[in-house]
Amino acid sequence: MRAFLKRFVRHRPAVLGLVILLAVTACALLAPAIHPASPFSLIGRPFEAPFGQYLFGTDQLGRDLAAALLYGARTTLLIGLVATAIAVLVGVTIGGLAGYYGGRTDAWLMRLTEIFQTIPFFLFAILLLAVLTPSIGNVIIAIAVVSWPPMARLVRGEFIAMRDREFVLACISMGMSHSRIILRHILPNTLSSIIVTASLMVATAILIESSLSFLGLSDPNVMSWGFIIGAGRTAIRTAWWVCAIPGIAILLTVMAINLVGEGLNDALNPRLRTL
Amino acid sequence: MTDEENVLSIEGLTVDLPAWADRPHAVENVSLALRHNEILCVVGESGSGKSVMARAILGLSTSRHVQPSAGRILYSGEDLLKAAPERMRALRGARIAMIFQEPMTALNPVLTIGQQIEEAIAVHLRVSRDERRRKVLEMLTAVQLPDPARIHAAYPHQVSGGQRQRAMIAMALMLEPDILIADEPTTALDVTTQAQVLALIRELQRKRRMAVLFITHDFGVVAEIADRIAVMQHGKLVEHGRAADVLDQPQHPYTRSLLAAVPDLAPATARHDFVSAEVALKVTGLQKSYRGKGIFRAASSQAVHAAKDVAIQIRRGETVGIVGESGSGKSTVARCIARLVEPDAGEIQVGDVDFGKLSQRALRRNRKRIQMVFQDPYGSLDPRQSVGSLIAEGPRIHGATAEASRQRAIELLTLVGLDARSADRFPHEFSGGQRQRIGLARALALDPDVLIADEPVSALDVSVQAQVLRLLADIRERLGLSVLFITHDLRVAGQVCDSIAVMRYGEIVEFGRTETVFNAPAHPYTQMLFAAVPGRDWSLRRSAAAKEQQP
Repeated sequence: MRAFLKRFVRHRPAVLGLVILLAVTACALLAPAIHPASPFSLIGRPFEAPFGQYLFGTDQLGRDLAAALLYGARTTLLIGLVATAIAVLVGVTIGGLAGYYGGRTDAWLMRLTEIFQTIPFFLFAILLLAVLTPSIGNVIIAIAVVSWPPMARLVRGEFIAMRDREFVLACISMGMSHSRIILRHILPNTLSSIIVTASLMVATAILIESSLSFLGLSDPNVMSWGFIIGAGRTAIRTAWWVCAIPGIAILLTVMAINLVGEGLNDALNPRLRTL
Repeated sequence: MTDEENVLSIEGLTVDLPAWADRPHAVENVSLALRHNEILCVVGESGSGKSVMARAILGLSTSRHVQPSAGRILYSGEDLLKAAPERMRALRGARIAMIFQEPMTALNPVLTIGQQIEEAIAVHLRVSRDERRRKVLEMLTAVQLPDPARIHAAYPHQVSGGQRQRAMIAMALMLEPDILIADEPTTALDVTTQAQVLALIRELQRKRRMAVLFITHDFGVVAEIADRIAVMQHGKLVEHGRAADVLDQPQHPYTRSLLAAVPDLAPATARHDFVSAEVALKVTGLQKSYRGKGIFRAASSQAVHAAKDVAIQIRRGETVGIVGESGSGKSTVARCIARLVEPDAGEIQVGDVDFGKLSQRALRRNRKRIQMVFQDPYGSLDPRQSVGSLIAEGPRIHGATAEASRQRAIELLTLVGLDARSADRFPHEFSGGQRQRIGLARALALDPDVLIADEPVSALDVSVQAQVLRLLADIRERLGLSVLFITHDLRVAGQVCDSIAVMRYGEIVEFGRTETVFNAPAHPYTQMLFAAVPGRDWSLRRSAAAKEQQP
């Protein structure tokens, strides 16, 4: 564990990413304390420029953009994390079973995965939300449904590589059950790649969520970054900040997650480290 | 140039290792001369720095942290360590050529063999295409490849390992270099192919009066081919001299211990007879074939028979060996018996249990009757489990309490000669030999009726190999274990096994008591295997001398 931290800290950009990510998390957690009022409440004149009376100015209805940004961080992180968690669970289960059992199981599960992979993922997410009602739960489901296939492919590959290793043969010849071999011996050995991929999936999930709310397909009662941009896009010539500020927030968060993911990759897969 | 003249002299060569390595230098103050028209063998165990030294000559370094820091490498008066990169490029391949251990990875898989050899010419000489092709075909004939035109047009994966290595040799010799550096060129080959390639290198060397620097870990190969020998240990040169002197009167204690660790090519003194003992394992009519499956291939196309009607019997306390080259099916047989691979047909009787017919559920309960020790000391232990829990896991899943299993694990660690404190450490903290001991302890934890050892010492250095074999012999004696011992190495088989089965193409071609198989091999294939063992004459001379000394 200490060696892991040491390797992670050596990767400077990853530390920067972690700092940004912690700041965003802090914003999300402290939002109600800093801005007790709802982010939807109208507090001033529309299109107040930033760095005046309000830190980030106001939008077309006179809502405080700073408050919207703080509450938006909650939505963004929540959706990113929960959707990724579900996608990881589904992906690891399907990929793991396919990789471990091989043969017919593998063929069927991979055909299923391919069906999901061949549909353009963003259109699929839009379709799902159009069928289901746009609520925060459904947004999470839609994102999870379109994100798990790459994880399943990755885990399948890792499991296939592990399955023929001699230590797994040793487990079988000791008379271990399949579930024990999978959970106690193979999964822990693939964990590092899963963690790294999952961290990058969080970033993708945030981007999908932002795009969906930009299109107005997210929960209208929940403030989110993509929603602010979508609402402010008509006024981009007169009030650029309404789009730009949440846009920068998305950019920084996604970049931070990617940097952390890369740092995790270097720290968890020391074999790939160049000497 | 006379034969006594040096073509290459290494003077005080030191190659640094990076700061995090376990020692400061890969090669330390080595001085060595390579003479015209000789084969100089550099022998050492893994990590002795022999390959790093050989690569330093060509200015090839595995990593930018492994760089020569002192000394000179003189080639006809020129210091290669100071030579400009353009100069080194001109020398490489043309004056100093190299061949590698694994011809599959040393050849480019997307170019034909002919293209690659022609490229070696094109880099250094301006000759017409037809001329190049003519030269390459001539060279392929010189390395005794059958049907040179076909090999010329073949891709590396389309020819056998031995043919690939011959093609590599052809490529290396194409420009008639003064020096050939051969880094373990026969280690990846089967024993019969190895014998042919060694003979070829010897013959070409004599014909062209080249200097060959031959890197190997195998004293059998050394005895077969060396004119002079240099022995390396931990990056230092501990002994060098004429082949006969080093082999027969080694001076340095390290050389002596290495030579002593090479198993004799004679059966060990026979243990007692097992005829009256009960049968521990009886396999009859074992069949297994693999066929290419897929919707686009006919189901009947090209089945490969990995086991054809194999019958083996092991009595309690007895060790039976299966010897064969790669692809002979010996590992498949082992895995079928342990039911890691389902056999197509055949009976497997373990004690009074019909092991071959058990249902999956009953099989899981009975798996402890047959335990395996695997070849790869790095791949056979789960890297994320502590050694203690690795060993304790077997008893644990078969119902022992956590405390009892842990106690058992510690007992077993002591039994295989490891410290009880090893239980809390992880596999990567152990050396290859120690890991094989851990693997053995894990297999013993379930008190198996039969232990299957699949090439348990093939990946180990010769001195470690000797220790592990001694341990195995000792434990088998103490516990009365019945062992099925799979190996490709006749020397090892002779030391461990009471009886030997020789396999080829999935069939047992000869089976008999070890003394009988060694002293009077009946099947032509067995005779061929014995004839191909590297350093055979030296080994026989050595055991004869040892016998004379005994009263």
